[in-house]
Amino acid sequence: MYGRSFWIYLGRRLGLAVITLIGAIVAVFVMTHVLPGNPALVKAGVYSTPEVLRALEHEMGLDRPLPEQLALYVVHAFQGDLGVSTRSGHPVAADLVQRLPATAELAVYSLLLAVLIGVPLGVLAAVREGGWFDRVVQQVAILGASAPLFWLGVMLIFVFYVQLGIAPAPVGRLDTGVEAPPQITGLYTVDAVLALNGTALASAAGHLLLPVLTLGFVIMAPLIKMSRASMSSILSADFIQAAYSFGLPHRTVVWGDGLKNAMMGLLTVVGIVLGYVMAGNVIVEALFAWPGIGLYAWNGITGRDYDAVQGFVLLVAATYVLVNLVIDVLYMLIDPRVRLG
Amino acid sequence: MGSLPARDPRIYVGGGILLALIALALIGPHFTSDPLMPDPESILQPPSSAELLGTDNYGRSVLARVVGGAQLDLLIALFAAVLAFVVGSLVGGFTGFAGGFVDDVMMRLVDILQSFPAFLLALGVAAMLGNEIRNVVLAIAVAYCPYFVRIVRGEMLAARVTPYALAARAVGNPPTRVMLYHLLPNCLGPSIVQLTLCLGYSILDAAGLSFLGIGIRPPTAEWGVLVAEGTQYVNSGQWWIAGFPGLAILLAVLCFNLLGDRLREAVRA
Repeated sequence: MYGRSFWIYLGRRLGLAVITLIGAIVAVFVMTHVLPGNPALVKAGVYSTPEVLRALEHEMGLDRPLPEQLALYVVHAFQGDLGVSTRSGHPVAADLVQRLPATAELAVYSLLLAVLIGVPLGVLAAVREGGWFDRVVQQVAILGASAPLFWLGVMLIFVFYVQLGIAPAPVGRLDTGVEAPPQITGLYTVDAVLALNGTALASAAGHLLLPVLTLGFVIMAPLIKMSRASMSSILSADFIQAAYSFGLPHRTVVWGDGLKNAMMGLLTVVGIVLGYVMAGNVIVEALFAWPGIGLYAWNGITGRDYDAVQGFVLLVAATYVLVNLVIDVLYMLIDPRVRLG
Repeated sequence: MGSLPARDPRIYVGGGILLALIALALIGPHFTSDPLMPDPESILQPPSSAELLGTDNYGRSVLARVVGGAQLDLLIALFAAVLAFVVGSLVGGFTGFAGGFVDDVMMRLVDILQSFPAFLLALGVAAMLGNEIRNVVLAIAVAYCPYFVRIVRGEMLAARVTPYALAARAVGNPPTRVMLYHLLPNCLGPSIVQLTLCLGYSILDAAGLSFLGIGIRPPTAEWGVLVAEGTQYVNSGQWWIAGFPGLAILLAVLCFNLLGDRLREAVRA
C-alpha cells in the first residue's frame, strides 16, 4: 500500500526510538551510579557493618566494573526487571503496573477536559482574532501557563472542599467505606459503570474532580495557544478562501475544512502535554494522596527508595518515547507530505 | 519590529511586575521583619493592618517570608536559566557549525535528554544530588539546556551557509572566530526568547521541587517551601499561609511569560 520510502522512513524512526530509549536508560544509570551516593549504603542503613555493606554491594553488583554494571542494567531494564522496592518489598515493575490505572484515570480525564475546552476556545479565538473574546482567551492561556500546579491544587481544595464542601476530602480515589468496583479496566469510573454501581461511580467522580481540574487547567494553556495559532494561519490559507468562494457557509468552512487541517498540529501538542502530565502527576498525586505512580515516585524520593524512583523515571521516559513514535507514525499515515517528502 | 504596536500592554504589565519584584527582592527585606523569627504571641493570625499577609503556625510574618523568598527564587531562576542559556547556546552553536558526525551525536544526546519531561529530569537530578540550593540550580539548568542547544543549532545551520559567513572566512578569520564572533550573536534571537520563558519555568520548577521536598529545605523562605508549609493549614481555613506565596509565584512566572511572548513576536516580525 505504501512505497519503499515509507518503510525506510518507518525503519529509521523505529531505530531512532530504540536508540533514544537505550540512551534514556543509560542516563538514568548515570544519574544513580555515577553521581555521588552509595545505593548499598542507603539500602543497608547508616549503622550497617562494613561486612554487611560489602556483601550487599556484591549482591547488588556494585563491586563489578561500571561498564559491566551498565550493560546488566540495560539488559534488565529491557526485560522489565526494574529492581526491588525497599519500601514495599515487591518488584518495582509489579508495583508500577498495579498503580498505573489510577494515574491513567487522572491523565485521561485531565487531557479530555483540556482538549474539549482548550481546542474550541483556541479555534473561536482565531476566528475572532483581535476581538475581545480572543483577548480574554489569550489571558486565560497565559494565566494557565503561569499557575503553579501545586498552589492551584491547594487553592481548589480550600474553595471546593473547605469552604463550599462540594468536593470530598482530597485523599485517595474513593470515600472511606466505598468499595472499589471489580477491576476490568482499572479506571474506577468506567468499572463502576460496567458494574452498574452508582455509589462507587459518584464517589470516584467526586474524588477525580479537583485533581482533574488542577491538571486540566494547567495543560489547557498550551492546547489553547496551539489551536489558536494553527487555526489562525489556516484561516488565511488559499484553500479556505477557495472554500468561501464556492459558497460554503462560514460554519462549514471553519469547523470542517479549517479545523480538520488545524488539528494536524494537535497530535504534537498532545504528545508534549502528555509529558507534562506525567511529570506533573508527581505533584498532583502527592497533593491529593492519589495512589498512582506519581505518588509512588514521591514516596520513593522521600524514603530514599532509589529503585522505585528509577523505575518511575524510566517508565515515563519510555512512555514519552513511545507516544512520540506513535505520533510520528500517525503523521506519516495521515499526511502524505511527511511520507513522500 | 515591524508592525507590532509600540504600546503593548504586555510590556507594561510584564515589565511592571518584574520591576516591582526586583525592588521587593532588593530593598524589601529592609522593611519587613526577620522571615525566620517566630512569635508565639501571634500564631496563625489572618491578614490584618498589622500583618498585611497574616502569620503562620510559628507566628512568622507571611509577608516577610514572601519578600525573603523573592530574592532566593529570582536568584535561583536567574542562575539556572542563564547557565542553561550559556552552555546550551555554546554547545548548539558549535554543533550546528561543525555539522556532520559531531552534530549527529549531539542531536542524539539532546533527543535522549528530551525524552524526559523537563520537570522530571530536574526532579531526578535534584533527588540524586540532594537538597542544596546549588543542586536545584544545576538540576534545572540540566533540564532546560537541551532546548537551547536545539534552537541555536537550528539557527547556526542556516547561518553558516550565508554569504556573510563565507565573506568572514574569505578574509582570513579562523573558523572558531567566525563561529563565535560573527555567527553566534546572530543566532541568539530565538534563544533569548527562550531564556525569558525559561526564567519563568525555572521559578515554577524550583518551587515545585521544594514543594515536593527535593529542593530548598525549610525553614528557608522559598516560595515552594512556603506553599508546602501552608498546605496542611488550608484544611482548617488558614488559606493565607499557602495562598500568598503561590500568588507571588504566579505573578513572577506571569511577567516572564508576558515578556517572552512579546519578545517572540518581535523576533519573528
